[in-house]
Order: sequence, then structure tokens, then C-alpha cells
Amino acid sequence: MGRKLLLEHINEPGIQTFEVYRKKGGYASVEKALKTMKPDDVTEEVKKSGLRGRGGAGFPTGMKWSFIDKKSEKPRYLVCNADESEPGTFKDRYLMEKIPHALIEGMITSSYALGAKTSYIYIRGEYMYVAMILEKAIEEAYAKGFLGKNILGTDYSLDLYVHAGAGAYICGEETALLESLEGKRGNPRLKPPFPAVAGLYACPTVVNNVETIAAVVPIVNMGGDEYSKIGVGKSTGTKLISASGHINKPGVYEIELGVPVEEFIYSEEYCGGIWKGRKLKAVIAGGSSVPILPTDLILKTAKGEPRLMTYESLADGGFATGTMLGSGGFIVLDETASVVENLYTFARFYHHESCGQCSPCREGTGWMEKILHRFRDGHAKKEDIDLLWDVQRKIEGNTICPLGDAAAWPVASAIRHFRKEFEEAVMNSLELAHV
Amino acid sequence: MEIKFSETALAKANQIIGRYPQGKQKSAMLTMLHLAQSEFDGWLSTEVMDYVASLLSVKPIEVYEVATFYSMYNTKPVGKCLLEVCQTSSCWLRGSNEIVDHLKKKLNIEVGETTADGMFTLKTVECLGSCGTAPMLQCGADFHENLTIDKVDELLDKLRTKNERSSYLKSLVNS
Amino acid sequence: MAKLTIDGIEVEVPDGTTILNAARQIGGKIVPPAMCYYSSLKETGGKCRVCLVKVAQGSAKDPRPMPKLVASCRTPVADGMVVQNITSPDVLEARKGVVEMLLINHPLDCPICDQAGECDLQNLSYEHGLSTSRYEFERRTFEKIDIGDKIKLHMTRCILCYRCVFVANQLTKERVHGVLDRGDRAEISTYIQKAVDNDFSGNMIDVCPVGALTDRTFRFKSRVWFTKPMDAHRNCSKCSGKVVLWMKGDDVLRVTGRKDQHGEVKEFICNECRFEHKNINDWTVEGPRHIDHHSVISQNHYEKIDLIKLKKEVERQLEFQSGKKHLTEGNGLTQTDNHENNQG
Repeated sequence: MGRKLLLEHINEPGIQTFEVYRKKGGYASVEKALKTMKPDDVTEEVKKSGLRGRGGAGFPTGMKWSFIDKKSEKPRYLVCNADESEPGTFKDRYLMEKIPHALIEGMITSSYALGAKTSYIYIRGEYMYVAMILEKAIEEAYAKGFLGKNILGTDYSLDLYVHAGAGAYICGEETALLESLEGKRGNPRLKPPFPAVAGLYACPTVVNNVETIAAVVPIVNMGGDEYSKIGVGKSTGTKLISASGHINKPGVYEIELGVPVEEFIYSEEYCGGIWKGRKLKAVIAGGSSVPILPTDLILKTAKGEPRLMTYESLADGGFATGTMLGSGGFIVLDETASVVENLYTFARFYHHESCGQCSPCREGTGWMEKILHRFRDGHAKKEDIDLLWDVQRKIEGNTICPLGDAAAWPVASAIRHFRKEFEEAVMNSLELAHV
Repeated sequence: MEIKFSETALAKANQIIGRYPQGKQKSAMLTMLHLAQSEFDGWLSTEVMDYVASLLSVKPIEVYEVATFYSMYNTKPVGKCLLEVCQTSSCWLRGSNEIVDHLKKKLNIEVGETTADGMFTLKTVECLGSCGTAPMLQCGADFHENLTIDKVDELLDKLRTKNERSSYLKSLVNS
Repeated sequence: MAKLTIDGIEVEVPDGTTILNAARQIGGKIVPPAMCYYSSLKETGGKCRVCLVKVAQGSAKDPRPMPKLVASCRTPVADGMVVQNITSPDVLEARKGVVEMLLINHPLDCPICDQAGECDLQNLSYEHGLSTSRYEFERRTFEKIDIGDKIKLHMTRCILCYRCVFVANQLTKERVHGVLDRGDRAEISTYIQKAVDNDFSGNMIDVCPVGALTDRTFRFKSRVWFTKPMDAHRNCSKCSGKVVLWMKGDDVLRVTGRKDQHGEVKEFICNECRFEHKNINDWTVEGPRHIDHHSVISQNHYEKIDLIKLKKEVERQLEFQSGKKHLTEGNGLTQTDNHENNQG
């Protein structure tokens, strides 16, 4: 059994409540930070821990914090990105629903480190029932003196609010999220300036994923050095993996980074193998936007080494033979699943979610969906495979925000590794036409 | 009919506005529209949006721009219960198509339509973050997960008996 | 000040200048095109992506290249920066891709569009477009609507540059139109049919890079290349009164702001000047307007004729007519009178 830092007490009855959470050692990081550490000390521990953003990009959190403009006279904000919308990802919902105080505690400790006096949790609108759970937890934290004026009798005061979205994947992009938090359409901003300089209300702002913020709690409690010992190389600590698709035991698993992919898929501790006794065909390891890999490449790297659940190992081989850890949305396809049809659902998703601000994404995502629709419905032509390849290539790298890349990568990787399936779809189309 | 929030909703609205700095009341827009939808039959008419604009001291077009951007806002009337079936990857892999087909047959409507009695509107949506409990549908704030045909039938019966308008926000207004 | 090179040409500009404006300072072919950026409107740019360039060296201090192509209209220069525009195959390839994206849902109704001849999209597609479309699906369409009695909104032609929204935000008190819906369903609209009615709304027409917003008082009156642009002014209490009159004989067919060589109006004009003074006697005419922008109207017949250029043009025309070449293979604009007959 791997170490559990975030989900250790997940099965404790009543862990949703302040009382039980506190009894299990909750809010210790707030006490430790506010009473014994300077804000910069907290940032230092986070740097030492090697923690990387858990939302998908994997950017070192401590470094992100250190970018915040401290010369500015304006207020600073910490905003939690709880707009979990990447298909295949549901770990943040699980964490917030089951242990809401873990996030609240992380928010307080992190806000203290950053010098934020007001912080927001931006949660996707569809998770409204979770927002209610958070609201209740926040109320409890206020009542117990962990939020509000002079927390635990110190000089530090913090107000924390939940802000619900209303249905837009793009708001997971941090500048779109800030626009949305300002009550506008979720159009990503052009950078620079970056949020660390001009974020919410043009004030210095840090935006962090739910799991990232929750991870600050064990980091402060055990110390950054100790945390960094967990995991492999630059992939330190534990990570929540959302496992779904054709496996026996879908769900959220906390792993120590470094678990072999094969073990993650087949062991009883995690996914429990492929359902219905079938064989594995492909895996999308880090949420819909990362490249899909066939069985041989997901279990072993091109060099033949066992593939591990780490940022580096999953990326080994680049996009030619590797993928990304991303948000940890682990989608498994069995031997009967159609890669082309699964890809169609992604293409439809990105088309639906493009904000429409910049032309390659606005026009290109719809185009890709339409071409893939042709594959699905048996009207595809041979040239469509190359056309699809070309369209994704013209989106990738040319858009304002990463949604363009996110839409392009699954298409590129599916063609790269499963071209045969596309060709078969063309053959079937020809036969259909013949009939 | 005069468009106006109930006292509870108005109190809630003011409380929400108070969460943002002075002069940044526009930040309350998204919640305000959720509230409005919950107060006025599950959708946002022009009159309702204009009312929200007046509450937030913004131009009406600023509200229209936001209301039409986000997928949870309905700018046309919907049935009492809006059934939103997820159909992205993980849900599709575990049979969301059958769920949609069954609902279409059972309710005798196409996706995007409302039953003649105004009870149900069927909508397909993109990933709702319930991939580990797929297939699923959302009705109001509630997630209905690990769906089977039988579970869907049961749910429809329950909703019919309850005969209440679904809302993402019900508990917020009541809280 | 920052010294940088663009396509090998050195230029020195104040810190904070964007790559695009640095390029404009150099001028000529190395200036990236711009469909959404508009220097006299704040916050514009970054959206259309036609101005993407490659930054091969970030700065003297940090010579690393930027990982992706950047929007030159919104990226500030740095000392020692090395920029590639037309010397980078990646940039030209990307630009070609963007133009293709802009055209897949465009109606290509230039023969009946009032903007033809002075349309940025038309110019771009001549330069970077494909001769045929690879898009085989039904194109997105919207209903044409009148936003007030002076402006026609033809959303189907819109490329969502947002310029008209910035005009409404920055030049008028009450913005009533905006961008609704999202993705490729997004549209410029007033939501409820409402007139855009204020003293400066007409500038939406001038800033529109395509034929999405056109002047109803000029609608179908003439192809622009048959009109003579004349600089003129009048005393106006609302604006500078400096305009361009688009004339046929002594008739004023249209009044617009004065566009510079990048197609931008620097002094916005009021609706009274634009719509209410179509009588030549209302104006002090200064003389013919030189149109620098590389479109068909710059080939005005009353400007000095370049005989060598004309000879080449005639030869090219003959080649087209004999079917040897496709029209888009040429590099100038070559519409003939035929277009008038096509006007629907």
C-alpha cells in the first residue's frame, strides 16, 4: 500500500465535518504556519517539496508562488481552480465532496504564504452540490476561528468565498477563470501580463488547482524535504488519479508518484484490471487532451523500460511514443472500443467548449468534429485522414490558450498510433457506399 | 407580471454581491443568473436578464453576453425537469448512448425537446466530471450515476411523482 | 529603446512597442497583416492570429527562442530580439492555415459584397489562400439584420475581430451590441433587435475588416473601385470633420473616416458627417486621397499611371482569359467590370 497524504481519512465517518476532520489532525498546518512560520517560509517549504501543479500543466508550485508581484500595493488574491472539466478527471470533486476541509485548510495556509486577504474557490457550476458542501465547511471554519479576522489570535485575517461557474470547460484556463470570476464571458486573456502581476481585478493573483492546494497541507506538516522523498525524481509526492473507462474498479486513487502503469491498471489496489475479462487496447493517461497510447507504449516506453506514473516517465519519448501525466484523468479502452469513435466524442467536446475568440480554434475544432462525424457515420474518404491531420496541425500552437493544443493532440495521437482504424473506417465507408 | 426576486432570493443576492470588492459587483453575475433561473421557471427571458442587469448596475448587453456563453443557462423555456445526459468519452465507453436512446423512446422526444406535458427536457451535455461512475445524468443539482435502464425508469417515476421544478440552486435559496 | 531585427532588417523602437508596430515602422512587405488589431482602439488584437510571427531570439539577455509563434500585435519587443515574418516558412504556413480557417465558413460572396475591393480578408486570401476550399460541409449562416437605419449587419461574413465592440465601448456611452454565444456559434448581435444608435456608431463600419458591417446609405450604389476618394473636411462640433468622400462625378456616394496605409482610421468621425452630408457643397474638398493600402482601389485611374506595371497587368489579364492561369495565382487584384454584372 502506498502512502496516503490526501485521502488518508477518507473512510472516517463524519470526516466532512469540522469536528471529525480536526480530531484527525486537521488544521494543524494552519496552526503551524500562522504561529511558527513567516509567509515566505511556507513558500520555501513548498519549493523544497518539489510539488508541481496538479491541474494538468505540472508547473512547479513554489516557483509560481514566488512570481507574485510583491512590490505592488494592490491586494493579492489566491484563487483555487475547482473548475474540473477535463474529460476523464473527477478527483477534485471527490476530494471536495468527501473531505472539504482539506481544501479549506490548504486555502488558509496557502493564502497566508501569499499574503492574500481574500481568496476564492472557483468551482464549476455543475458541481453546485459540492459548492454547498464547501460553503458549509467554510461556515464551520469561520465559526471555529480559522477564517475571518485575526485567525487563531494572530494578525492574519482571511475571507474565503466559493464562486460557482456556469458551464464552460474553458474556465479551467486560469485567465478565462479570472474573467469568469469578474462576471464576464470566459475568454482567455492574452499574456503577458501574467496573473502573478495582473490577475483578478488587475491585482497580483495566483491560481492553483484544488489538489495542489490540498497538498500544501501535508507539505507544511511534514516539511518540504520529507515530502520530496516520496515519489521518483522530479515527480514528488502523491497524486490523485481518476480512473475510468473499461476497468473493473473505476474511481479515484491516491498513488505515490512512480507506481508502474501496469501495476496501476492490473492490481487489485487500483483499477483491478480490464472489465469483462477483456484485453487492454489503449489508455489516455492524463485527461482527454493528452496523447492516447496503445497497450505496448503505455505499459513500456519505446526503449522497453516499464512506464511509470510520473511526469517524466509518461512523457518519455515525446509525443512520438509518449504522453503526459496531465490532470491524472486515466481513461482505459478495452479491445472492443473504437478509438475513432472515442476520438469523435473528444472532438465534439472541444468544439462545444471552444470560446470562439481566436480563429484557428473557433473554426478548426468544428471542422475536426465534422470530419470525424463522417468517420463515425460511414462517409469517410481516404483523403479525410490526411485532412484531419492537417487541420489539427494548423490549430496546434497557433491559438491564444492551450485549448487549441488540447483539441489537436488527441487527434494527432489517434492518427499516429491507430491510423489503421481510420483506414478501416474508410474501407467500411466504401463498402457501405457500394451496398 | 413584475419581474422581481423573492425576499429570500434578494437577500441571497445581496449577500453574494458582498463577497466581492466595492465596485466589482459584476463578479456576482454568474450566481445572480443561477438565482434568476431558479426563481423564474428555469430559464432566462430578456426581461429577467434586464432585471439582473439592473441589480448589478451593468448594461443589459453585458448580461446577454454572459448568459449566452455558459451552457447551464437556458435562454429558452425548458421542462420542469431538465435531464442532462453526459456523453463524453468515459460515459460513452460505458453506454451513455443506450441511456440517451432509452430516454428518447421512453419520453417520446428527441434530444433538445420537451415532453408535451412540459415535464421533461432532454439534453446531452459534455463531461460533468462523473467519469468513474459512468454513465450518468444530472437533473438540477443532483448527479444520478452508474445508470442502467432500470435506474433511469425509476428516476423518471420519482421525478414525476415529486412533480417539482429541478434547480441547480434550490438549496442555496433555502439555506 | 530596444533594437531588434525583423526579417533581417534592424529597427530601434521605444520599449513597450509591439513587434507589429516595430514592423510598421520599417514598412513594406515585412509588415504582418492584422485583422483584429487596431492601433486607435485599446485592447484590440491577439484574436485573429494572422499576424503570428516567429521570435527566433527572445532578447540579448535571454536569447532563447519563444516556444510558439506569437501574435506580433500584442507581443512587446525586447532589445536584441530577432523576429522572423516572411522569412520563416513556419510563419507563412501558419498564416496560410489561419486564412483557411477564416474562410471555411465565410460565404465568399465578394461579387455582391460592398466591402469587396477594400476587404482585408479578400486581400489576405489572395496572398495566402488556397485556390479551392477543402471544407466540404455546410457553411454557417446567420440572418442579415439592420442595426438601425444606417448600418447593416451581415453576420455570416464576420470574422469576430471584436473591433466593433471596442468601438462601442470606447467611443460611445451605451454599448448595446456585443458578442453572444460561444465557439463557432458566437455572433455579433444586439440580442433583441435593437438599433445601435449614437453619434459615433458609424465607426463600426470603418473598423470592420470585412463586409459584416456596411453602410446602408451606400449599399449597392457602386463598386468602390469606380468611385473617387477625395479628402475633404467641414466644421463639425462633434468630430474633427476630416473625412474621405467617395464620389462618382459630383455625387457623394459615401463618407468615411481617413484610413492610413494600414487601413486604420486615426480620427473617428461622427454619424452626422458620415450619413447626413452627402452634398458636395457641405464640404471643403482638399484633393484626391492617396490610397496606399494594396487593394484594387489603389489602382485608381486618375492617379499617375505606371506604364510598365500596366503592361504587365494587361499581359497577366490576357493569360487569365486564355485560361492558362488561375486568378489567385496572380499577386495583384484584378477584378474586372464583370463583377458589376454579378451584383445580386
